[in-house]
Amino acid sequence: MSLEEQQSDEPAELESGVSRGDELADLLGDLVVGREEHMNAPGLVIRPDEVQDALFKLRDEAGFDHLSCVTAQEYEDRYESIYHLTKFDDRTDEVSVVVPTSKDNPVSQSAEPVFRTADWHEREAYDLVGIQYEDHPDLRRILLPDTWQGHPLGLDYDQDRPQIATLREHANPLEEDHRAAGDSNTMYINIGPHHPATHGVLHVETVVDGEQVVDLDADIGYLHRCEEQMCQQGTYRHQIMPYPDRWDYISAGLLNEWAYARTAEDLADIDVPEYAQIIRTMGAELCRIASHMIALGTFALDVYGDFTAIFMYAMRDREIVQNILEDLTGQRMMFNYFRLGGVVWDLPEPREEFFEKVRDFLDGLPQALEEYHDMITSNEILQARTVGTGVLPPEVAKSYGATGPVARGSGIDYDLRRDDSYGYYDELDWDVVVEDGCDNFSRLLVRMREVEESAKIIQQCVDLLEDWPEDERNIQANVPRTLKPEEDTEIYRAVEGAKGELGIYIRADGTDKPARFKIRSPCFSNLQTLPEMSEGEYIPDMIASLGSLDIVLGEVDR
Amino acid sequence: MSSEQKPFVTDDTQVQTETRDARMAGADDRFNSKLREAFGSSPFILTKFDKFMNWVRGSSMFMLQFGIACCSIEMMHTYAIKHDLDRFAAGVPRASPRQADVIIVPGTIVSKFAPRMKRVYDQMPEPKFVVGMGSCTISGGPFQEGYNVIKGAEEVIPVDIHIPGCPPRPEALIYGIAKLQERIANGESSPVTVKPYELEQFGDLESDEIVDKLAAQIDEDDLVMRYNWADSP
Repeated sequence: MSLEEQQSDEPAELESGVSRGDELADLLGDLVVGREEHMNAPGLVIRPDEVQDALFKLRDEAGFDHLSCVTAQEYEDRYESIYHLTKFDDRTDEVSVVVPTSKDNPVSQSAEPVFRTADWHEREAYDLVGIQYEDHPDLRRILLPDTWQGHPLGLDYDQDRPQIATLREHANPLEEDHRAAGDSNTMYINIGPHHPATHGVLHVETVVDGEQVVDLDADIGYLHRCEEQMCQQGTYRHQIMPYPDRWDYISAGLLNEWAYARTAEDLADIDVPEYAQIIRTMGAELCRIASHMIALGTFALDVYGDFTAIFMYAMRDREIVQNILEDLTGQRMMFNYFRLGGVVWDLPEPREEFFEKVRDFLDGLPQALEEYHDMITSNEILQARTVGTGVLPPEVAKSYGATGPVARGSGIDYDLRRDDSYGYYDELDWDVVVEDGCDNFSRLLVRMREVEESAKIIQQCVDLLEDWPEDERNIQANVPRTLKPEEDTEIYRAVEGAKGELGIYIRADGTDKPARFKIRSPCFSNLQTLPEMSEGEYIPDMIASLGSLDIVLGEVDR
Repeated sequence: MSSEQKPFVTDDTQVQTETRDARMAGADDRFNSKLREAFGSSPFILTKFDKFMNWVRGSSMFMLQFGIACCSIEMMHTYAIKHDLDRFAAGVPRASPRQADVIIVPGTIVSKFAPRMKRVYDQMPEPKFVVGMGSCTISGGPFQEGYNVIKGAEEVIPVDIHIPGCPPRPEALIYGIAKLQERIANGESSPVTVKPYELEQFGDLESDEIVDKLAAQIDEDDLVMRYNWADSP
C-alpha cells in the first residue's frame, strides 16, 4: 500500500467526462495550438507571442494564481519554456503552459507582467538555456558572470571553452540621476558576497539615502555549482540522490531527498512501503527542526549582534537533532538516506535506545522553546526590530511565488504536506501554522511554532514505529536495477521543504538519465521578495528581512 | 625546584627576593608551573624572537568569518558549543579580513565567486594562512564536472592545510586547525605564489575572436580571473 497521492498517467477525468485539460483548453479557445500530457498536469501549447494573454486568462478566469516554476529546455528542433501553474487554494489543480520557440529565433513573450516571479525565472532560463524573453524588464544573466560566453544547458555548449570573468567596481545605478539634480545624497553599498549577514555568498547591491534603502538588487550566482547539470549526468537509481542533500544544505537533506524521491517514484511508478514512509516522515521532520533552529539562531545573530546566547542555544539543540539523524542515517549533514522505493536501511539497533533518544529530545523541546520565547519573541528589543518591519502583503507574496514559512507568515494557508499530501502526513494529526502579521516577526513565529508541529509529527511516528510488527518492517520496494522511464514523459512534483515548495521537473528521454532536470527552489522565489520588503525602509530592517527570509544560497543558486 | 641556583637574583634587591620567596614557597600556584620548574626561578625565558613570534601566532589565531557553502554549517558547529574551537586558541571569528590571520575556505568555489575570494584573501594582513575545508576546495568535489566550478581552492589562493570530507566533521576541522597551529609554531610559513591570477596576456589560450575582443577591452588595472577548463586538473 502506498500513501502517495496516486496520479494516473491518464488525464484526470472529471465527473462530466470532460478532462481538466479540455476544460482549460475551452477557456483559452484559439490561444491553444496544441495539447500535451504531463504526468502531473495537462499541458497547453501556446504561441510564443500570446503567452501573456493565455496566462492572464488562466490567472483571472480559472484562478491559477501560483506560478510555481518556469522550466526552459532545448530540444533538437526547438526551445521550450514551460510555465507550471497551480493554485494556492488547491495545489492539486495544476496546468502546464508549454511555449515552444524556433531554434533560429528563440524569442518568447515574458510572463513578468502576469506573475512577478517570472522575472528571475526567465532570467535564469535566458542565462542557462538561451531563450530570449520579449517585454522582460531586465533580461540579463542571473547566475553566471556577465562576461560568460554561451548557455551551458543548451545542447551545443562546449564546456572546455575558456571563460573570462572580471571583477569591476559596480557603478551606482542611481548616480546619473542624482548628478543631474546637482546634489547627490545617495550612497552605493555592496553588501556581500562576503558578509556575515548575508547567510552565505549573496551580494546585495544597495543604494542608500542616509539610513534608508532607495534601491536594492540581489545579485546571486556566487554558489551556482551546476546542480541541474550534475543531476542530468547521473542515473536515476543511485547517482542523483546524493545531490539533493547539497541544495538546501542546512541539514534539510532528507526533505530535499524526498523531493527527488517523490518525483522519480511517480515518474517510474514505484510504490513505497508504509513502514518506509513513516521513517521518511520522521526523518524529514527532524530535518525541519534542525533547519528552523539554525534559521532562528542566525536570525537572532543578525538582529542582536555577535555569537550570543541564542545562537549557541540553537546550535545546542541542533547538535542533538544531528546526533539522532546521524544514528539514523550514518551522516551528520549529507544523509543520502532515501532510495527510490524506500530508505536505505532500517532504524539503528537497538531500537529502544534510538526511540529513547528521540523521546528525550522531544521531552526537552517544550522547555527549550519556552527559553527561546523568553529570550527572543518576548524580548522588547527584538520586537522593536521585527514587528511591523519587512512587511510582505499576501497578494505580493503570491505574485512572487513565495512559499513555506514566508508565505505562511503572510497569512497564506499553504502547505504541501497537507494540500498535496505525500508520505504519511495525511494519516497524522498536526496543523499548518499560519500567522497573518506579514512582517519579520510573523515569519519568525511561524518557524518556532512549526518546530512544535514537527515535534508532534515525530512523536506520532515514533509511536507507530515502536509498535510496528517485526515481520512487516519493509523498508524498500522492489525497484528495477536500471530505471528507464518512457521517452518524453514529463513530470513536475513538489514537496514542502524547510523553506517552502521544493519542486523538481524531470523529462525522460528513454535512457537511464534524465534529459532535463529542473529544480524549483523555494529560496529562489522567496529571495525575490526582498526589494519589495526593503525599499524605502531602514537598512537594518533590510538585514532583518533578509534574515527572516531564511535563504540558503546553495538552493538559491543551485 | 632547585633553590641553590639563584642565577639572576641578588640579595640587595629586596623586592626581587620577596617575589622569589613567594614563588618558591608556593604562595601562588600560578608561579609553580612546569615551565617554572624547567627554567628555575628566573623570570626570563631566553629564546629567539622569531621562535617566540611563531609560538604567539600559533597560539592566538583569528579566523575570518567566511561562509561559502555546506561546509560553513559544520564550521559554525565547530565555533559553537560542544566543539568550541576557541578552546584551542583558534576560534574567534572576525568579520573583517583585515583583522584575520586564517581563512577557512568552507565550500565550493565557482567562477563568479573566485575573484571575490581572492580579493578577500588579499585584504588579509601577512602572515596569513589558508585552511581548505572539504572536497570542493581540494578538487571541486562532487561538483568537479560542473561548467562553473573551480577545481579546487589552490587554483585561486595557496592552501596550507586541506581537510577532506563532504563536509568534514567538526572534529576533522579541529584536527586540521591543530595541525596548522603546529606548523605555524614550528616556523613554517605558507607559500605565497599563486597560479593563475591577475592579468595575463591570454597568449596560451586558443585564439578565439571573443577572447581577443575581451582581452582588448580589459583595463590593465582590472582584476581578471581566467578559466581554462580544459587545462584544469
